[in-house]
Order: sequence, then structure tokens, then C-alpha cells
Amino acid sequence: MLQFSKFKVTIILGIILLGIIFSAPNLVPSDKLASLPGWVPKTVVSLGLDLQGGSHLLYEVDTAKFLNERLDSVVNDIRDKLTKGQTKFGYLNLGASNGTVSLTLRDPNQIDAARPLLQQATTDMDLQIGSDGKVTAKYTDETLRRLKAQLIEQSIEVIRKRIDQTGTKEPTIIRQGEDRIVVQLPGVKDPEHIKDLIGKTAKMTFHMVDEAAEVSGQPAPTDMVAKVRNPKSDGAVQLIVQKLPLLSGQNLTDAQQSFEGGGQPVVAFKFDNIGAKKFGQATAQNVGKRFAIILDGEIITAPVIKDAILGGSGIISGSFTVQSAQDLALLLRAGALPADLTVIEERTVGADLGADSIEAGKKACLIAIVLIVVAMLVLYGFFGLIANVALVLNAILIFAGLSALGATLTFPGIAGLVLTLGMAVDANVLILERVREEMRNGRSPVTAMEAGYREAQGTIIDANATHVIATLFLFEFGSGPIKGFAITLLIGVVTSFFTSVYVTRLLTSVWLRRARPKLLPL
Amino acid sequence: MYKPFHLVPANTRFDFMRFHKPAFLLSVIMVIGSIVLIFTKGLNYGIDFAGGVLMEVQSKQEQVVDLGALRGKLDGLEIGEITLQTFGAENTVLIRIPQQPGGDQATQQAVAKLKATLGDQWDYRRTETVGPKVGEELKSSAVWASLLAILGIMGYVWFRYEWQFGINAVLALIHDCVTTVGLFALTGMEFNLTTVAAVLTIAGYSVNDTVVIYDRIRYDMRRYKTMAIKDLINLALNSTLSRTTVTSGLTLLSVLALALFGGEVIRGFSIAMIWGIVIGTYSTICVAAPLLIYMHLHRIRGKEPTDPKSKGDTAAQQGA
Repeated sequence: MLQFSKFKVTIILGIILLGIIFSAPNLVPSDKLASLPGWVPKTVVSLGLDLQGGSHLLYEVDTAKFLNERLDSVVNDIRDKLTKGQTKFGYLNLGASNGTVSLTLRDPNQIDAARPLLQQATTDMDLQIGSDGKVTAKYTDETLRRLKAQLIEQSIEVIRKRIDQTGTKEPTIIRQGEDRIVVQLPGVKDPEHIKDLIGKTAKMTFHMVDEAAEVSGQPAPTDMVAKVRNPKSDGAVQLIVQKLPLLSGQNLTDAQQSFEGGGQPVVAFKFDNIGAKKFGQATAQNVGKRFAIILDGEIITAPVIKDAILGGSGIISGSFTVQSAQDLALLLRAGALPADLTVIEERTVGADLGADSIEAGKKACLIAIVLIVVAMLVLYGFFGLIANVALVLNAILIFAGLSALGATLTFPGIAGLVLTLGMAVDANVLILERVREEMRNGRSPVTAMEAGYREAQGTIIDANATHVIATLFLFEFGSGPIKGFAITLLIGVVTSFFTSVYVTRLLTSVWLRRARPKLLPL
Repeated sequence: MYKPFHLVPANTRFDFMRFHKPAFLLSVIMVIGSIVLIFTKGLNYGIDFAGGVLMEVQSKQEQVVDLGALRGKLDGLEIGEITLQTFGAENTVLIRIPQQPGGDQATQQAVAKLKATLGDQWDYRRTETVGPKVGEELKSSAVWASLLAILGIMGYVWFRYEWQFGINAVLALIHDCVTTVGLFALTGMEFNLTTVAAVLTIAGYSVNDTVVIYDRIRYDMRRYKTMAIKDLINLALNSTLSRTTVTSGLTLLSVLALALFGGEVIRGFSIAMIWGIVIGTYSTICVAAPLLIYMHLHRIRGKEPTDPKSKGDTAAQQGA
């Protein structure tokens, strides 16, 4: 009991010192932290979104729709290759269903001639051609995985660009599972607006309006009907436009909100070189006709071409407000999402509630500590004081652990902290009760202390182990705030074992050696 | 130097075992009652599990919100049955909207509609939406976490103690967890992810408490080889009584601080923990320890050195 090797003492003091160093940055205001020398650890406990306010959004990417669109384009490609080449091929039942493109060649003798064309159209697919002319093509599992991964990757890229443009600081955007994306936006003021921006696909295309077609009639196969957004009272509700777009948003290099002559907010855009050339040609050929700008399936404007537009820049006007023009410009700059996104989970906490939670948590924590400290002093006197020193060190070490691991402190995490402090003194209670018992059995102070620590240690380990097990599963399965609770409890169990067993033991042994008491004040 | 105050006097001789039969009866009634309540009345699942929308809004102007008027304003929205409830302060309202039949997109539209109707007279303190798929996933992961945690604890107790102890500790643990969930069914308090965290923490606490007594019983078994098992249990309970009181008391104090000052958001968690600490302490003393007399502990005692067979037999007779 009295003997502590120099080595052990150094380790114990070292851990305490490290604890203080790593937890100290949490007390320094963040603006001063940056000016400290480089060797000082600067990582502080990051607060969860439930404490600092912000949005947690879980998106699901519509991979099915994306793959169907891809298969549709394969179908179109096959149709073109089989009918528009030098040799024409007859076929039946060309279509895509259940992730498979299929068709039947009318003349099995044409199989060999059709094979290279089909191969071209289905490059990364598994192509099967039967001797009866039945053709199927589908993606291999590996390709599907790769396509999905790319899709998520691209979506994340676009989301990041959009969020960055809104000036939100330190967003977290990561893939989760097969087809999900987590977006975390700390401190965001207007979550609905950002949600709006992220959720828009923002696929923009330029189409010629087919003036000859009857609006009421069935559109020609090369045409499609498109709805007009915000139709003017005297204008058309829908227009018939050519299916094949002249150009798409991909050809844009820049877009900005600006004002028209009349002071109306508009979006000014610039094409890249290819886009400018194509747009120049198209407008030169179609002076006097209308073209439509379609955004996510809706026509936002369909102006008449007055002159050839050769400079590669133009404006979109369409009853915008300044805000909606800014938003559209932002979306065009960031690019279109490759697939549709849906919010499947949202947790938004306002900064006020977060601040209230921090206040409430602090208060509960302080009151709990005061209650425990006073109770330990009353119940165990001098040794209660030692246990209280350990308790405070424990709190410091928990913060050091959270900081060093870069863990997040959530509101349930604060609850975990309070709980840990309550349970941490259990180890000291176990030891001290045991010591009292040994004293009653007539042992001397030193041997009673020795027995107390020796006998209680196994029990303390067992009791803590059960906590660790329950908490580990909570950590593994829990989400955000609950993970915060679990990590605080986990760190707390480890640090409290250290402080309430080793630290108190060291302090007690130092005191025993100095004071050499005949009776323990217990 | 200050001579500390002894909360529980030394050498108490309570006959805990005298009450073990009525305690068993009470526990059986509580567990069965809880299960019946869980299956008949059901749990008031929060949006974590049931899906839907939860919004906490605070009026910017009124000091006291007129819920009737607010309901009148929101009833025309056709977004299912809206529940309103003041939350903490008189000017703060918790709005719940059920899962929308149209799926996730419809849920987002419902939120947008609600916000448009409420306008900017309100501070949006909290908005949580959980879609049907996520709700199901959260439910299944909560069930898995609970099952695996209980199995894990069972495994540990099994490994560290003889199987009789293991079974009893787990029975006590299940007793504590089931009655906690039962409490939520009885009171209709919202059952959500935080509640599951509380239940798992209670599981850890329950076994923690049991393990301390069991350690003591094992220790006393080695010391008093011929003492009747009933007396052994009484002895162990009495000699750890001071520790049990102090630890439970201190943990209870800190959880009370949470319940009283920790705010509305984690009130459910705090209340669950208060119950858990009380029931965990009770189940250790009145369930886990007394159950040992029904287990054939002679095998364990038989492991002691010197003529294991005969010793074991006498112990069994005394214990019976």
C-alpha cells in the first residue's frame, strides 16, 4: 500500500498532466486559441448539433430511377443503331424492365451483323444473344455497385458545391450505406431554404418550341409536352417542344443574379465555348421562333429569338424574385444533381434551444457535483475529500478524452456525464466501506487500507465491465446524440476506474506515510 | 480530525430473507403487469420509431399560447391528426404530425405547409422528421442493441460467475428493464431512442449492483463454509448495505439533478433513470440475492478444497 514505485507514480502523474493539457483548450476562448504556440493541443470537444444548433439531414438517392434512365438511353441507342445504320435490322419487343434491356431480332441470320452494334450500345453490360435472335443485356453486380458509388460521389460533389455557395461553415457531407447521404449543417439559420436548395435536381435544358404542332393533339414522337411554370394570364399553360435539347446546363460556365432594364430580377448566364457555338448556330437559324428553357421538367421562360446570340451569354427572365433568381443562379453554377434526392430523416435544432440545453446541462452537472462532493465529505470525511479530488480529476479526464478522440458532446452525452460522476464515486464507496469493515476487524490503518483496495478491486472491475458491455452496443447501434451518450459513458468508465482506484490510492499512501495515523478518521 | 458520519450503522442484522416471498410476488406481478400493459395499452412511440414529424415552436409574442386557437388554425391543413402540447414553458408548443400516407416526400410537404401556416410569429426551436423506412430501421437497431447488450452482459456474468449466479443476475436485469418499459406503457410517456439508451444504462446499472452483492456472497461462502445459504445471503446483504445505500443514494441524487434542472428534452430519460436506480437496487436485494437459495449452490461450495463431495452435501442440506 505504501509502496508506489517511482515508475508508477510517474505514469499516474503523467496521465493527469496529459489530461489537464488536453482538456485545457476547452476553457480558452476560441479566438485566443489560435494565437497559442503550435505544440499546444487545440482540439476542443465539438458540440453536437443538438447543443450548438443546426440541421442533420439524411437523404436517399433515387438510384432506381437513375438506373432506369440509363437503361432507357441504352434502349434509344440500340434503336438508333439498328434502324439508322447502312444495314437495317428488324426487331421486336425492344424495351427495358427489371434492370434488363431485351429485344428479339426478327431474322436470326442477322445476329452476327448486329452483334458489334449491340456491343457498342451496351459497353459495360453483360450481353447475351441467343441463336433464336433473343437479346438480353444487364449490368453485372460489380458494375451496378460502381455506378451507384459514382452516382453517390457525384451527388455529394454537387451538394457540397451548393452548400459552400450559401456560406454555411463546416458542413459534413458523407455517404451512408448503399444509397444514402448524411448532410450535417452546424449553426444553420434557415434550414428550410438550404433543404430547398439541396433538394432541387436543377436539371436545365434548352429546347426549340415546335410552333407547328397542335397543343391539344398528340405530340409527334420527337416532341414532348412541357408545363409552363407561372403561366401569364394570357399565355399558354403548356407548350410542345422538341424532345432533343439544344443544350443543357452542363454547357454553362457561370450564372449570376442581375437586373433587367425594367428592374426585374433575372439570371444572367455564360456558355462555355462549345455551348456558345451551338447556341449561336441555333439562334441564327431560328430567328423569330421561340425556344424554351426547361428546369426540372417545367418551362421557366420561352422567349422569341430576336437575333442570333453569338456572344455565348444570355439572361433568363421569368417572374423571379431577387431570392429565387439568386437561388437559380447558385444551382446553375453548382450543376445538376445526377439523381433525385429525398429527405428521409431530419433533425434540426435551433440555436436557442441548443443554448438552453447547454445551460440546463451545465446547471444539472454543477448541482450534481456539489451534491456528491458534499455527501462524500459528510460521509467519509478526509477520505471523502480524496475521493472528491479524484472526482474532479475524472471530469477533467473525461473532457480530455473527448477532446483527444475528437468526439462529440451531445445533450444525452451531458446526461451521461452526470450519470458517470454519480456512479464514479461507487468505486471509492466500495473501497472505503471495505476499509471500515477491516478496521472493525481490528486491522491497523495500513493493512486495512491495503485490504480495502485489494478486495474491492475485483468487484469494481466486474461492475464496470457490465457497464462497458451495455454501452458498447449502444454505441454500435445508436444514432447521433445516443452515440454521444455512449462515448461519454465509455470514456467515463475508464477514467473513473483510473482516478477512483489509482489516484486515490496514491494520495492515500502519501498521506499514510506522512501522517502515520494510529487510527483512520473514517 | 472530522469523524465522518455513518449513514448506516455497522453490523446491521436485517433479515432480508424474511420478506423474499412477498417480494417475489410483487416482482412477478410487476413484470406480468408490465408485459400485459405493453401488449394491451401499448407504448406511446415517439417519432423515432413511429415516424412522422415533431416540432417545438415558441411564440414570439404571446406569453401563453391558446392551444385551441392554434388547433383551429392547423386543422384545415389535412395532414392527419395533429397533437399539440405545451412543452416546458407556457409559450412553447410541441406539435406532432403522424406519418404521411404519401411517404417521405409528403412528409416534407406537410412540414412546409405547417411552417407556411404558422408563419414567422414563431421560433422554430426543433424540427424532427423521421420517414417510415428510417423509423423501422431505428426500431430494429434498438431491439438488436438491447438483445445483444443483454446477451453480452449474460455472457460476462456467465464467464465470471457460476451459472446459477448468471441466470439470477440476468433475471434481475430483465425484471428491471421490463418494468421500466412497463412504466412507460403505464404513464404513456413518450418512448423513443433516448428511452432505449436509458433502458440499456439501467441494464448496466442493475447488473453492476447485483455483481457487488454476488462478489460478497462468494467471498463469504469461502469464509464461512458451513453457514446456511440463507444466512450467508443475509450476511452479505447486511455487510454491503452501507455501500448500497450510499451508491444508490448518490446516483439517485445526480439523476434527480438531471430531472429537475436538465430541462424538458431529457426529462423522459431522467425519469426512466430514477425508476431504474430504485428498481435496480430493489431487485438486487429482493430478487437476485434471495433467488440464490433456489439454486443448487452446493456445487460451487463443493469446489472448495478438502473433500469436496461431503462438504457439498452438507451445504445443500443446510441451504434447503
